[in-house]
Amino acid sequence: MNDSPARLPLRTAAAVKLGNLSSTLSQKMGLGAGGMIGGRVALKLDPQALGHLTQGRRVAVVTGTNGKTTSTMMLARAVGALGEVATNHSGANMPDGHVTALSKQPDAPYAVLECDEAYFPAVAGASNPSVAVILNLSRDQLDRVGEVRTIERSLRDAVDKLQNCTIIANCDDVMVTSAAWNASNVVWVATGTGWHHDSASCPRCGNPIRWQGEHWHCTGCDLSRPHPSWITADEAMITPEHRQLELRLTLPGKFNQANAVMAAAAAHAMGVPADEAVRRLRGVSNVSGRYRTIQRGGRSARLLLSKNPAGWSETLTVVKEANHPAVLVINAQEADGRDLSWLWDVPFERLQGRTVIASGERATDLAVRLTYAEVQHTIVPDPLKAIDQMPQGAVEVIANYTAFRDLNARAAADE
Amino acid sequence: MSESTIQIALVLPDLLGTYGDFGNAVVLEKRMTWRGIKAEIVPINYGQPVPDSCDIYVVGGGEDTAQTLAVKHLREHPGLQRAVTKNAVVLGVCAGIQIFGESFTRADNVTHPGMGLIDSTSHAGGSRAIGEVLAEPANGLFEGVLSGFENHQGRTVLGPAARPLAHVKVGTGNDGSVEGAVQGRILCTYLHGPVLPRNPQIADLLIEWATGVKPAPLDLPAVTAMRAERVKAAS
Repeated sequence: MNDSPARLPLRTAAAVKLGNLSSTLSQKMGLGAGGMIGGRVALKLDPQALGHLTQGRRVAVVTGTNGKTTSTMMLARAVGALGEVATNHSGANMPDGHVTALSKQPDAPYAVLECDEAYFPAVAGASNPSVAVILNLSRDQLDRVGEVRTIERSLRDAVDKLQNCTIIANCDDVMVTSAAWNASNVVWVATGTGWHHDSASCPRCGNPIRWQGEHWHCTGCDLSRPHPSWITADEAMITPEHRQLELRLTLPGKFNQANAVMAAAAAHAMGVPADEAVRRLRGVSNVSGRYRTIQRGGRSARLLLSKNPAGWSETLTVVKEANHPAVLVINAQEADGRDLSWLWDVPFERLQGRTVIASGERATDLAVRLTYAEVQHTIVPDPLKAIDQMPQGAVEVIANYTAFRDLNARAAADE
Repeated sequence: MSESTIQIALVLPDLLGTYGDFGNAVVLEKRMTWRGIKAEIVPINYGQPVPDSCDIYVVGGGEDTAQTLAVKHLREHPGLQRAVTKNAVVLGVCAGIQIFGESFTRADNVTHPGMGLIDSTSHAGGSRAIGEVLAEPANGLFEGVLSGFENHQGRTVLGPAARPLAHVKVGTGNDGSVEGAVQGRILCTYLHGPVLPRNPQIADLLIEWATGVKPAPLDLPAVTAMRAERVKAAS
């Protein structure tokens, strides 16, 4: 059944054609990367385009607060073992991005779609996925996306409606477990990572959640940590057959090990053997510019993206070992969330004693946070100038969403 | 613990810590220790009894279910209410202003009893108020504008015993006209940011109430610059 996607209805075919044309024009005219405009045009002409474009394909949808882009890329690589994969791995993770990606590869029998958590119900509802991956849920862009419990609730309702879909869910995350709890077919993955600050109380009944080591349970209802089939071990994973596979990832950090095991479990559900999946996803090294190193006048600056407290907390762990100078870049545009209160949930105190520069459009907000964290710093709003002011050698650059996007584009233009 | 250490109770950070309001406790602690006043943060988590012996209580914002749980816990363990009768200083942010009042009514029209610490009632407004806020001090309580970021659906009506903290110039606050509440040594606001990093004069007012002494000036250039930026952005 996976030989080739179903024929498109005439309306969708026309919408796709015009959409693709807009993407090409947008790129040629230098207006954008063309990741969204084509889909936007196609969706205007055919609101059902996403449903039509996914018909006949095997679809995996990847959602969660952090690690979506990396996990999607890993899963797409792994599923590549089975055939051509259409995927939106540039972070254009709303329906217009999905339609663009699917339009560009109309014959790919597989699709791996990164999906913004607020759009998951609509996208999962339209695309009839065979696999849905829920990585983690924590506070992020509270002014745009809303509170974590609202998101959990909408994912839960969406999951309950899915048929013939395997949910790959992180059982070390209380919110994710709750969202996937009623699914008829769920594969639990122990990722060993989890931001516990949003789950002191049960998302289902409100009673306290009690933790005992890695295990947790609600004191009021039956929600508790399920027994995992896949386990993230130190630099390795344990498969449902109790085999230990070395991960040996190119990407750093515990968080990416968690992404890899989630992707491997999802690939397995799509039909890729675990060894093959790991062998393929291991090579993922540069995720839309993340983790790449740029050279500037004797400085090797590694670019890291972190968007919210859970992400920053993980990234500060990644940069902990070597005491390299750090440039921290903060914007607060709409896509970042306009409210920077979350800066106070990030343990910047860990950077005490380092050379630190506060940068970005909201460098002064960050400077206030660093002041109270007793981290010595200077302020240089332009991140490239900030890198240039660091001593020669290795520099860590951690930026939030639009700050990273803009920095990455400028760095690419300079190269 | 020695008598001279100012204890800052961080009340239920696991339930009422959604909007970085933990930062308010950090700001109070640092602004005291940097001036040679001994201070420490005492986190009080969900499930723990609430002591009545702390000098300052800091209560933050939270999601709806968390807020309901928090008020239930604080009514079952009324340490904070006892502390108020002993003249403790209290900062209540967002959910704080709602649960400190007589009652709060949610969008589902269910009315929950509050803690009865301030003369106010809250109810759900039509739309969520989200964005930068600027407000002028009311009753000469502090100097300089009040700056912050609001994200709430609640609207609050003050009774005669509670005074507004400020008059809204930009944003919504309690009702589009006044912002926050002050009653005795309880100071409430809808503003995140968090509120004390944005408004050091409010932090110092709380410190003055707790110590009985007006604290020495503390010049932090980053804070001055950030305030100027935020006020300009909101105007």
